[in-house]
Amino acid sequence: MDQQKRIWSTLRRKPMALVGMGMLAVVIIMALFAPWLAPYDPNKRVQVTPEDILAPPDAQHWLGRDDAGKDVLSLLIYGARVSLIVGFVSSFFSMFIGTIVGLTAGYYGGRVSNTLMRITDFLMVIPDLPLMLVIISVWGRGLWKIILVISLLYWTYTARLVRSQVISIRERQFVLRARALGASDFRIIMRHTLPQVMPLIITMAVLDISSSIIAESTLSFLGLGDPTLISWGMMLNFAFERAVSRMAWWFLLPPGFAIVWVSLSIILIGNALEEIVNPRLKTHHLFNPRNMISLATGKPRLVETELQPEAEA
Amino acid sequence: MEQQPILQIVDLYKQFPVARSIGDRLMRRPNQVVHAVDGVSFTVEKGEILALVGESGSGKTTVGMNVLGLQEPTRGRILFDGYDVVDWARGRLPRLKEEHGEIGRLKRRKQILALRRRAQMIFQDPYESLNPRQTIYEIVAEPCEIHDLGLNSEEKEGRVRAALEDCGLVPAEHFWNRYPDELSGGQRQRVVIASALALEPELLIADEPVSMLDVSIRADILTLLQSLRKVRDITILYTTHDLATAGYFTDRMAVMYLGRIVEIGPTVEVLKDPRHPYTQALVSVAPVPNPRKRRKRMILQGEVPNPIDVPSGCRFHPRCPLATEECGQIDPPYVEITSKHKAACHII
Amino acid sequence: MTTLDVRDLSVQYISEAGAALQAVEGLSFTLEQGHSLGLVGESGCGKTTVMLSLLRLLPEAGRIVGGQVLFDGRDLLQISEREMQSVRWKKVAMVFQGAMNALNPVRTVESQIVEALQLHNVVNSSKDARNRAGELLELVGITAKRGKQYPHQFSGGMRQRAVIAMALACNPPILIADEPTTALDVMIQAQIIELLEELQRELNLCLVLVTHDLGVVAEMCDDVLVMYGGTAAEYASSDTIFNDPLHPYTQRLLKAFPDIAEPGSDLASIPGNPPRLDDLPPGCRFEPRCHASNGEPLCVKQLPALVEIAPGHQAACHLVKGA
Repeated sequence: MDQQKRIWSTLRRKPMALVGMGMLAVVIIMALFAPWLAPYDPNKRVQVTPEDILAPPDAQHWLGRDDAGKDVLSLLIYGARVSLIVGFVSSFFSMFIGTIVGLTAGYYGGRVSNTLMRITDFLMVIPDLPLMLVIISVWGRGLWKIILVISLLYWTYTARLVRSQVISIRERQFVLRARALGASDFRIIMRHTLPQVMPLIITMAVLDISSSIIAESTLSFLGLGDPTLISWGMMLNFAFERAVSRMAWWFLLPPGFAIVWVSLSIILIGNALEEIVNPRLKTHHLFNPRNMISLATGKPRLVETELQPEAEA
Repeated sequence: MEQQPILQIVDLYKQFPVARSIGDRLMRRPNQVVHAVDGVSFTVEKGEILALVGESGSGKTTVGMNVLGLQEPTRGRILFDGYDVVDWARGRLPRLKEEHGEIGRLKRRKQILALRRRAQMIFQDPYESLNPRQTIYEIVAEPCEIHDLGLNSEEKEGRVRAALEDCGLVPAEHFWNRYPDELSGGQRQRVVIASALALEPELLIADEPVSMLDVSIRADILTLLQSLRKVRDITILYTTHDLATAGYFTDRMAVMYLGRIVEIGPTVEVLKDPRHPYTQALVSVAPVPNPRKRRKRMILQGEVPNPIDVPSGCRFHPRCPLATEECGQIDPPYVEITSKHKAACHII
Repeated sequence: MTTLDVRDLSVQYISEAGAALQAVEGLSFTLEQGHSLGLVGESGCGKTTVMLSLLRLLPEAGRIVGGQVLFDGRDLLQISEREMQSVRWKKVAMVFQGAMNALNPVRTVESQIVEALQLHNVVNSSKDARNRAGELLELVGITAKRGKQYPHQFSGGMRQRAVIAMALACNPPILIADEPTTALDVMIQAQIIELLEELQRELNLCLVLVTHDLGVVAEMCDDVLVMYGGTAAEYASSDTIFNDPLHPYTQRLLKAFPDIAEPGSDLASIPGNPPRLDDLPPGCRFEPRCHASNGEPLCVKQLPALVEIAPGHQAACHLVKGA
């Protein structure tokens, strides 16, 4: 669709977005091609001698070895998988639930909205992390459990945002016109409301990925991660317990750095998207040059500018 | 048998509640309402073009919304083709005549669709009334889809093309892959009209369709509307605050002020011989494109009062240059000037 | 006594792709003290661009590429930005299109006028500033007390008056009003026009009214400049333009205007659309839509110059021969 093309082309021109996309690409490649990139298979049992435990970096192990003698670099590369999977999947679920709740509450208003918003508020008010800890402790550990728990708590932000957007869209004249044409509620929501909110939802979802990755890392760090999988959080967990006293920075720093790297990449992309998607974020004066030119040439305007039409031919 | 007027408005009242602040609640101030429409009655014959003229706050747009069943009146009845619109818009009519002449009970959704198919609206703001994410084709095809006209894709294309070209967007192919923001205001308005026409309605409410367009392109849109009556026998209710455009193509004119009709009659008569002081003022200030024709302009002071606090007696009396004491106390009844022309004023 | 003399003004916009789009070409007109000029044309014809050029307030992409604006013995297009600052608002003030909706919503109306006064060093103390703000509000028909209210408490008409008051803060001899009556109810429009007429008389202003609405111009302007596609089409006194239009565009424009005194009489829009800046006709800008040219080669190839046809009546059209 034209709209998406325009967003994409604008995104491509922002240096921050490009940096972010590059950084994210690195992580994605790491995750996808882990078996080929990692010098060792971290799942294989390793015969170790006492010198191998927490061995510092050398030619065969660029980032040294961990407390079980495994190659840290390989662990790092494989760890990308868990972070990305949890990030993308939970974000997707949150987006899905949040959108449905927000659309319904915003469109119907009244009692429906009140009930849904009470639930949303309830979940928002309770501190996320402690609640996650409690649920996981009770429910048990596992990758899917983590994904579900994160999704179930993070959809609330999207829901609020979508709801307030829908409330303002609902009053716009093209929605009124659709009603006058006889459109059903479902059609108005799907055809006329959702497309307007979509850019915002996607931006939220992208930023959500970052939050989800950090949430997973935190849970793993606290020892509640999936024990069968390698994750950066888990690495940090072991590192804190065992590597700090030995000053084995090569085990401690890389996973932390990796978490920061991937979160930062996503935030850069998300911020750029937000700027594009929310035209009011940019200051604009009455006579924006792009507007004047597009007014005169009749060419389509970019998403980020706002036309101030008075009486126009 | 005498033909029933296609539209009958009887004693229409529409009020909107005003939100109360905490202060209001604590001080127990009485509930306030906006008296948008305050007792309006008129009829429209089939194929007629009636102008509802008034400034902001006159209630003209609200009347249109109620006629279509997009809002519900606080009081009063609206009869479209003899059927009560309020019930119809809710799908609660016991008997509704279908296109095939059958009378029977239609299911709720089908009733509402039947109403929407027969009565349509054109909106004021061509920049806001089109979904910016839909192509022109999708916009005009949508009514066909909603009403499930059972058209295959070829027939649908044909309908869309006919609707666009009837509205002057020729060739249709040039436009239908575009998005609204690639079109000018006048073209967008034509798209809105085209999408309304795709359903072949009998009644069209045109709510200030040209106020946001350049003066030089208004004529085309108005001529288009006029031709709809000739070609398709559509009845049109045209709201505006510009008397001159109303004078161009309407048969009858009703002048509204603060929710009431103050004068109604054949357009030419009302323009040439306005009797209500408000109408006289409006006619006198309408710009005339000739500096030689200087006439005395009756410029009213102040602004139209807030529809929350409607003045007592004749609602126009605070601004009326001819007001008497009686005007401030008693609401004037309609005075017949000719059989078709009447005005609500004490001083006639 | 000429106040401002615009000669051969040309303005371009640089598009995103880097192309230079001709927004205004070869425009000339004069403004005189105590006279009002109506600048008429369809949206996008360049009338706002011309006014912004006078004040040198064009957006980044705009470039004045030719002409002179002679005022007070100097060319405003050549003076430094510093000198220009003493011209803006003090000598030439503008009521921008849509300004009534651009008032700062979180500050009182009075404080916004005071700000204008203080910025231009018109008054010495804030007390003087407030007094002067009150005076200005009264001048435009608003009780001074209401200055303490916020813009949202003002109606549309009142906000327009407030913006006019702001423009008059420094007592400029020249006032430009860009579409001052669009988006207002017809009775309020009449009030604003009446206000502008009074102000022009009382303050001996030179008033420029930029609009697409011929009716407004007929009400109150002495002279009219009709613009099309960035060029002047016709320039004459108001009486002449309305009663003896020579340029085909002016003639069609008049025919498109509904006359309330002749209800039901024929109206005709002008077929087609105004030219796109990136696709301007090489010759006369109006030729593609002109009912009189019939493909006349001279019209197609050469841009007609504004020529005096009769005393005080100029038109830019090959088909109209000079006196």
